[in-house]
This record gives sequence, C-alpha cells and structure tokens, in this order.
Amino acid sequence: MAETTVAPKLERKDFVSDQVVRWCPGCGDYAILAQMQKVLPTFGVPREKIVFVSGIGCSSRFPYYVNTYGFHTIHGRAPAIATGIKLAQPDLQVWVVTGDGDGLSIGGNHLLHAMRRNVDIKILLFNNRIYGLTKGQYSPTSLQGMVTKSSPMGTLDRPLYPLRVALAAEATFVARTVDTDVAHLGSILERAAKHKGSAFIEIFQNCIVFNDGAFAEAESRDTRDDSVIKLEHGKPLVFGKNKDKGVKMKGFKPEVVTFEAGKPPADLLVHDENAGAQYAYALTHIEPPDYPAVPVGVFRTVTEPTFDQLSEAQLEAAKKPGGGDLAKLLAGGETWEVR
Amino acid sequence: MNTDTEEKKPSLTPKRQRAVPVEELDAVTIRFAGDSGDGVQLTGGQFTTTTALAGNDLSTFPDYPAEIRAPVGTLPGVSGFQIHFSSRDILTPGDQPQVLVAFNPAALKANIKDLEAGGTILVNTDAFTPGNFKKANIATNPLEDGSLSSYRLIEVPMTSLTTNALDGMGMSPTQVSRCKNFFALGIMYWLYERPMETTVDWIQHKFAKNPAHIEANIRALQAGWSYAETTEIFARTYRVKKAPITPGRYRNITGNDATALGLVAASKLSGHTLFLGSYPITPASDILHNLSKYKAFGVKTFQAEDEIAAITSAIGAAFAGHLAITTTSGPGVALKTEGLGLAVMTELPLVLINVQRGGPSTGLPTKTEQADLFQAVFGRNGECPVAVLAAATPGDCFTMAIEACRWAMKYRHPVILLTDGYLANGSEPWKIPAVADLPSFAVSHDPGAAPAEFKPYARDPKTLARPWVIPGTPGYEHRIGGLEKANLTGNISYDPDNHELMCRLRADKVNGMTQDIPPTVVNGPEKAEVLVVGWGSTYGAITTAVNELQKAGKSVASVHIRHIHPLPPDLGATLARYKRVIVAEMNFGQLETVIRAKYLAPTVGLHKMKGQPFKVSEIKAKVEAVLAGKE
Repeated sequence: MAETTVAPKLERKDFVSDQVVRWCPGCGDYAILAQMQKVLPTFGVPREKIVFVSGIGCSSRFPYYVNTYGFHTIHGRAPAIATGIKLAQPDLQVWVVTGDGDGLSIGGNHLLHAMRRNVDIKILLFNNRIYGLTKGQYSPTSLQGMVTKSSPMGTLDRPLYPLRVALAAEATFVARTVDTDVAHLGSILERAAKHKGSAFIEIFQNCIVFNDGAFAEAESRDTRDDSVIKLEHGKPLVFGKNKDKGVKMKGFKPEVVTFEAGKPPADLLVHDENAGAQYAYALTHIEPPDYPAVPVGVFRTVTEPTFDQLSEAQLEAAKKPGGGDLAKLLAGGETWEVR
Repeated sequence: MNTDTEEKKPSLTPKRQRAVPVEELDAVTIRFAGDSGDGVQLTGGQFTTTTALAGNDLSTFPDYPAEIRAPVGTLPGVSGFQIHFSSRDILTPGDQPQVLVAFNPAALKANIKDLEAGGTILVNTDAFTPGNFKKANIATNPLEDGSLSSYRLIEVPMTSLTTNALDGMGMSPTQVSRCKNFFALGIMYWLYERPMETTVDWIQHKFAKNPAHIEANIRALQAGWSYAETTEIFARTYRVKKAPITPGRYRNITGNDATALGLVAASKLSGHTLFLGSYPITPASDILHNLSKYKAFGVKTFQAEDEIAAITSAIGAAFAGHLAITTTSGPGVALKTEGLGLAVMTELPLVLINVQRGGPSTGLPTKTEQADLFQAVFGRNGECPVAVLAAATPGDCFTMAIEACRWAMKYRHPVILLTDGYLANGSEPWKIPAVADLPSFAVSHDPGAAPAEFKPYARDPKTLARPWVIPGTPGYEHRIGGLEKANLTGNISYDPDNHELMCRLRADKVNGMTQDIPPTVVNGPEKAEVLVVGWGSTYGAITTAVNELQKAGKSVASVHIRHIHPLPPDLGATLARYKRVIVAEMNFGQLETVIRAKYLAPTVGLHKMKGQPFKVSEIKAKVEAVLAGKE
C-alpha cells in the first residue's frame, strides 16, 4: 500500500491518464475534458477520492482519460452505479458523464431517480441531439422533423428538454453551459463540484460528424453574445453584444424586449437561482426558434439533505449499545431447547 | 421470546375434564385453507410455533394466491398452509393432508382433491351459504349432497360460536368474523393436545396497542378449545410424540429468513459492509424486508427504481468495496442479465439471489419452480461464466448464502444463488449455529504491487482473482469498464488473441472454483441399481422417497447437488457407479441436459411443472418404474 504523505499540490497533468483520447478531431468533448482536467486540481479533493462514472456513447469514454478512479459502465446505468458507489463511500466525489441518448433515452429512469433522491453526484449531460457512437440516429433531444439515418423522412418524436427533466425531478442544482465557452464551462463545473446534492449540467456539445452546428449560434464566438443569455444570481437578464436586450415576464411567459443600451427597463427579470422550480422551468422555454437566445448558467440551486447523508444518518441512528450482535440475531424470534 | 419446553408457567390452557381416548400417531399433515383474508397463514404459523415448541420435527408449506385480496369466497382467493409434523425426522411438508380445515366452500372445493382417503374435514358451516356456493361455482351443498361421504366430516358453525364467545364486547360482525381463525385454532390445539400459551403470548404482543383485540382473540381461542372439550363431536385426541432431534437451541426458519441471516453473517465474517440493491418482487421481497431491519449491523439496503438499478447499484457498491448483493425472482433476473455481464467483465464480487418462481414471463409469481437453471448457467451474451449455487432446504439457505458471499469475494466474480418459492416461504426447525463455528474468511484489498507497477488485471495464481483495489486508495487510481480488457493492464483492447485469452481466463477462474466444492455425499449405497440426482428444494422429497425405498429393500441411492456451476469434480465418477440415473427436477430437464452434455451419461428425467413441489410418492413411483425396467 502507498504510504501516507502530505498531499502534493495537484496540477492539470496529474489528472491526465495514459490513454490516447479517441474522439473525432474537432469534437466538442475535447474542450469539456480539457476544462475538467483544468479545474479538478482546484477542488482540493485528492485524486483517489474522485470517481468518474459513465454509461455508453461517445461522452462515456470520458473516465478513461481522467486519472482518477473511473468506471465505464453499461448503457444508461451510470446514475444507478454512481448511487451505489456514493452510498458505499459517501466521502467520494462522484461524477457521472452521460449524453442525450444514454441519459435521457435508455437511462432516463435512472437519471430521474438519482436526481429526485438528491444523491450527491454531479451529472454532466453532453447534449448533441444525435447518436454519435452508433453513427447518426436521432436522439431523444433531436428536434422534431430532423432527418437522420434512422429518420429519412424526418423524426416524428417530440424532443425532451434536459433541463425540464432535471427540474421536474427536483435536482437541487440545475445548470447549462456550452462546450466552446471554456471560461463559463469551467465556472459551472466548479460550482457543481461545490454543490452538495444532485447536480445536473446540460452541456451543449457539438458533434462535428453527425450533427454539426446544432447549437451554432450559441457556440460561435461571433454570434454567442446575441444568442446566449448568461444567468447571474441577483442580476437582470440582459444580453446582446450591445447589452440592449433583456427578458421580462408576461404572465407566465418570458418575453424578450430590446432597449437603449445602458438603460434597461426596471421590470426586467432579476435572476434568482434559489427561487422555486417553476421560475427556472419558465426560463427553460427561452430558446430558438421561439426566442432569439438561450439562457446558460445556474438555473436553480437549493440546499437539501442528500440521499447519502440521510442513509448514513439512519445507520447511525440504528446503532445501539449491544447492537450488531450476530449470535443474538441468529437466535432471534421464538426459540426452544432440545435436550 | 425464548421458551424452554421444560419450563412451566402458570397454565393458560384449561385442564381437560372429559376423559377421551388418546390415539398415538407417528406423523400428521394438516392443511388450513380459507380466503386470503381469513388469517390462514397466521393460523398455520401459530400452529407451527406451538408444534415446534412441543418438540416435534416439522415442515411447512404455505400456498397463497398472487392476489392480495381476491373477491371473498372465490376460488382464486383461496390461501392454504400445510404443516407436516412428526415424532421422527421429516424433510417434506407431506404429500397429502390427513386433516383439512376449510373456512369456506371455495377452500373446500380447491383442496378436497388433495385430502387423503378417509381424511378429516373440519368446516365452518356458517360459510356454507347459497351465496358462497355461487361464488365458488358449486351447484349443490357439498355438506349435504353426499360428495364427502368417504371423509370424516366435522361441521362446526365457527362464525356463530365466535359471535357468542365475543358477546357483549361490542364488536362489529366483521371484527368478530376475523377472530374465527383463533376459534378453529383452539379446536386444533385441543385435538392435538397442544398448550395455548405461545399463541396467547403472541396475541398479547401483536395487539399490544389494542386491548379489545387481545381479549377478543384470546376469547375466541379459548372458546374453540372449550367447544372441542365439551361437545362430543370429538371422540378422541391425537398425540404425536417428540421427535429425536439433535440437542441444541432451535428456531423455526423460512428460506428467505435464513438467506437474510446468512448475508448478515457473511458481512460480519468477512468484515465487509453489506449492501443490498433490490426491487420488490414476489417471492424474494422478504429478503429485502428483513435486511432493511438490520441497520444496526451496518446493513445498507437500497430499494432501487427497477431491477436494473438494483443490480447496477450493487455493482457500484462492490466497486467501492462493499459486500454487494442483489435479490430477485422470475422476470427480475432477466432484467439483471446485462448487469451480470458487466460484473463478469469487471470481475467484481457480486451475489445475485434468485428466488425462483413459476415462469416464463410473469408466470406464477407465488408458485415454486426450478426452471431458471439454464438462465443462471448460460443466460447472458458472450462467453459469460458465473458460479451458480443452490440451497437444498430452508435452513440450508443460510449456509449457501454465506458460501455464495465467500466465493464472490474470494474469486472477485459474480455468484448466483438459486433458491425458490418453496424454500423461501416453507419453514423447518433450524438448529441455531454458534458464531464461532461459522467459516471465517479474510478478504484482502492488497493491490499486489507498488503504484507504478500496479496491474488491475493481474491475477492470483491459485484463484485467478484480480486485485480488489477500491476508490479512496491513494496511488492506485485506475479505470474499469464493460469493454474487453487487455490482460494485466485492464486497458481497452480489441486484440483478437487477447480477447480469446481473457475469455479463457474468466472461464478457467470459474471452473477452478471446484477447489472449494466438498466431496459428493451419497445417501445410500456406493453402488446400486438406481441413483436419484436432485438439486435445490427437491432435497426433502427425494431423500424421503429414497430412504423409504431403501427401507423396503430397494437398490437405490441419492445425490443432492448444491454446486450447479461448476459441478462437483467427483460427480462424473459418482454417476458412473450406478446402473441407472434419474434426474428429478421441477422443470423439463435442465440439470439433466447439463449432466448429459458434460458426462455423456444416459439419464432418465423426472419432471414436474405444476408450480407445486414434488410429492414423495411421485419420486418413489418413478424409481420403482425404473427398477421394474418399465423406463
């Protein structure tokens, strides 16, 4: 066994494994991996206390490339496996890396239940609105009518919206970011790392081969200022290259308004990330084509007891003096002596 | 409560006033039957406890419908509980009851075919109404139409007598009716010379918060006893002497209870926290219920969102260093198949307990069967070997649960333990083992090398097990997964030779588990005309049948297999010593097919697919047919 020594300060390279990264050139996954490896040393968590768990799909190769403990599991089941790991060792920092197919199609059930239980795991859902690893079939987030290998006349399915699923399942941290905006991505990963409870992050991720440009306007440096609304707690929802657009509520519906730069109207929405899920849910409806932009950032974060904490508390409460006596347990119930 | 049969407390059982002859019996089989809401299982359970305390050997078998409360009075709603008790060693709940207690016409109709010729029927006549005949599809009153003339019919208006007994307590007719099972139990206690103390204690404990119910049920019990004592319907009592049982402290135990205890014991013995990932399913759920009560032992139970999450959460817990278990039945096993493959590929310790039930699909949830052997041994994609063990009796579930855990942790590999509905719910007296006598097994998490040289898929030369290094161990960070592993490093590998090597290593590892299988025990002569081979819950019926045939001078022996995969290494040589081999199982010949394939042995199959265990007579008939050259 390794000797206990004072933990040396970790760097990015400490989190790079010896495996060759095998995503397509230009894949958005590279940027996400790079940001993760960059922020991991800042968490103050020793490498051996971090576990990456994934299912199946392009994104699910992620654990092989991070030099922590890792488990590349089976399709859709990562949240359930992560739940088992976290219940067994609550002091581990557990990340789940999944995609739109893995997380919302085959693994939808596990994703829902991990979030509603508030298991202290951080779930990164790489959304590219396509099945990449199986080479180009539509996914549960593909927009209706999308022509793919398995939908030559266009998809009939109506899409799922990942954040709405997370909010409905009462995840206690719900956020969105974009693979190309590395600074924003890094900051969201950091916040998720600090959150105690189920953290869900939708990452817009470009599949350069099978669905290139799915989020082009939000991804491109040229267009993103006008196409992305950065949510910041306590600040009004203002966006645009010239800071001349904002969001206000009309009844239950968000509405985009334009105004003279520097003179936002007083009734703009002020972001409250601790507000009820109904507010965050309304925000998730802001997206093209109905709206010119899409919000990114922390939609909602609240503090609630985590599943693993509650589990440990029950175990603690069940402990009693003289408890755990196997001989007593075996001889429990009604017994009799044969002489 | 601990009760010594020798201890005397002030008696709650009245003194007998009436002098009646006593008939001594060697063994009795009684079946209680009624609506599933009639408290039949409870009545049977109370009779069982009292019988155990009286020193008889016994075996029980509850037979209940899948419906929680089927329409009252109908055939689908009939629930049964059979107890066989004896003054000698017994292994089965009895082929045919000699006594049938029927609480309504449907219960009579559903069970009369099983009653021994000339047997006794005790009926609640109050329930024999035209309305109940209609519900049970009975054209004429069986108490009057002569159809029961070959039995000894005892007609007791249990409901009205219970009503009289509870007069003045202000209870509703429904509440009164719920006490009539205790009235019937009182009669049975009188008939079989049983004390009422145990049941009175139980009632007081069970209804501690409701004194009115305590009084009502005790009154009903005593009224039943007094009714039997005073009326002259009952001309004699029956006495079954104590059985010669190995001295020691005993409890009555069901297979599911024993399984749960075995798992807790394995957790203690191995020094590993027990984790159960499970999803409720009949008849496995009681293991989940029991383990969820054992938190004082550090047991973590996780009721997952589905069968898949049940096994995969367990795999996660195994990766993180716990003794990981998943329990299920029937279609639940099908859903866990993919997870099992992952556990094989990642070579993590995992125990899957399959409490088999009638299949396919939803099948017969509350009935027993042994038709999942193929699935356990072969049912996965790829060359995907797992160890398969099978428990033989309710008490053996304890031993085999420990063994399954020991194997899983020793070999870092999934182990399936097969029990079934008959073992799960059936019960027998179980000699409580001393903790010091249980096998202790140390489990190492030694990486086997310094961090720089660490190989997650290096193997122990004797067991071929890989190191079980758990997250949190500094310097040994590594990744595992479901993709094929390169030998030693565990990195992803598509190399053709490596794949064949890894498939071979996994198979060799499982085949090598034969080193942990004890020599085969033959019940009977080393050589004979016929050998009966069985596995799982058929142990009692096969052993009883073979013992009886041996006493009658027949040349027959039996072997019971508890290690299904790999099979015991001496099994082939054992089979070869007998002229004919009968494989008896509750399926269409699954173990038989495996044995034929492995040993090229000409076997004769005895199959039963009725959701019911074998009767001793069915095994005997087959052996006699083979001995007579008819098969």
